[in-house]
Amino acid sequence: MTAPMPDVRHEVKRILAEQALIEPTDVSDDATLESLGVDSMGLVEAIFGLEEAFDIRIPFNANAPGESGFDISSVDSMVATVERLIAEQKG
Amino acid sequence: MRGRRVAITGAGTINPLGADVPATLAAMREGRVAIGPLDIRDADRLLAPIGAQVAEYDETARFDRQQIALYDRFTQFALIAGGQAVAQSGLTFDGALAERAGVVIGTSGGGLGTQDDNYRAVYEEGKNRVHPFVVPRLMNSAAASHLGMVHNLRGPGFTVSSACASSNHAMGQALAMIRSGMADVMLTGGSEAMLCFGGFKAWEGLRVMSRDGCRPFCATRSGMVQGEGAAVFVFEEWEHARARGAEILAEVAGYSMTSDAGDIVMPSQQGAERAMAGALADAGLAPGDVGYVNAHGTATAANDRIESAAIAAVFGPATGGLAVSSTKSMHGHLIGGAGAVELLACLSALRDGVIPPTMGWRTRDPDCPLDVVPNAAREARVAATLSNAFAFGGLNAVLALRAA
Repeated sequence: MTAPMPDVRHEVKRILAEQALIEPTDVSDDATLESLGVDSMGLVEAIFGLEEAFDIRIPFNANAPGESGFDISSVDSMVATVERLIAEQKG
Repeated sequence: MRGRRVAITGAGTINPLGADVPATLAAMREGRVAIGPLDIRDADRLLAPIGAQVAEYDETARFDRQQIALYDRFTQFALIAGGQAVAQSGLTFDGALAERAGVVIGTSGGGLGTQDDNYRAVYEEGKNRVHPFVVPRLMNSAAASHLGMVHNLRGPGFTVSSACASSNHAMGQALAMIRSGMADVMLTGGSEAMLCFGGFKAWEGLRVMSRDGCRPFCATRSGMVQGEGAAVFVFEEWEHARARGAEILAEVAGYSMTSDAGDIVMPSQQGAERAMAGALADAGLAPGDVGYVNAHGTATAANDRIESAAIAAVFGPATGGLAVSSTKSMHGHLIGGAGAVELLACLSALRDGVIPPTMGWRTRDPDCPLDVVPNAAREARVAATLSNAFAFGGLNAVLALRAA
């Protein structure tokens, strides 16, 4: 018996909102880390939060964010990547 | 205040490149990279399981059973390095000298391996009893205490812990104590043995570790790689060394420490600049006098870019003729032991005329426009060196050496 999987978009917004010190409802689908004011430490902590929430491993190296396979360009892209990783790792 | 002059009259080490100073300098000259797959318990659960370990290390060949019960790996490394340094210096600490001699050692994790083993015993294995010497074994100050006991150092003795700058801060304290007259001889340097599962997992969490090697200042750099080991030096008041006819390996000419007072992980260019400029001023050196800088050079995106800019700002027009290398590309990042092992690279430049290379370098990064001595050691006459250490939390310490 496993707990129901939380909604990915909801969780991504909740976790980013926690870092940005705003309400999840104020995080838009096209929001970027920059527009939310989330710095590199905040991002690393958010990725940890997503890994814990979905029990997945997200490939990310803070030294080369563009080559990590985790597309951090917007909320939409992060949701898509997390959904793909869930399918790959939990499917 | 400069006060009395300070000589280095002994050096010792055990690190991934070698089990003594000659072997280490030979490896640096050859550009040998000691980074490889990590051989530690549960390495299969690590995401980036590479590191630079002290290879083929057998503690039972170095220490007896009673000693091993008390010596964490970081203490063992410090004692091995310290024994070599004292032997080279030719000093015997007895009578009045013992009371004028001390020890200050840098370490970040201290007996982390001992903590890791015993947490595992009580949490994972559910044991309700640990060995009686866990506390004296894991103390960050254990290495300093044992060095003092082994060599009869009865003056100041303590440990300095400032993350990746621990060694340089420790050696700076030793310098200041001899200059001021508080001591005549100090054993100093640093030791680290953090390559255990818990220690490595903690670093992994930060997402700054490389999975494919340490390539400082290279456009393709992908983060840091951890190492382990120790280096210990004998710092001695100049006239004391001269009076007994000791061989002086180099002069510890200057030192500076600054704080960024900015961020707990991101370095600041200004803090690094002030530390380097301060060490030059303290040593009475002009930028053009320095032939080699041993960089902090962690191969993280942030450090190498900011350190490059800081070097260019401090050295100005002299940057063009300046050799800068990061030997972390070979021995990994020794964290609290880094500055001590890296001071050996400065001795190589000053004494042997060999500047150790930055290995693994592939592609120029426009943000790191320095002569990084890529991939092969270089022969050069060097009269003075700097050794940089810029720790997490913005604690910076830079040492200047001058040829004896």
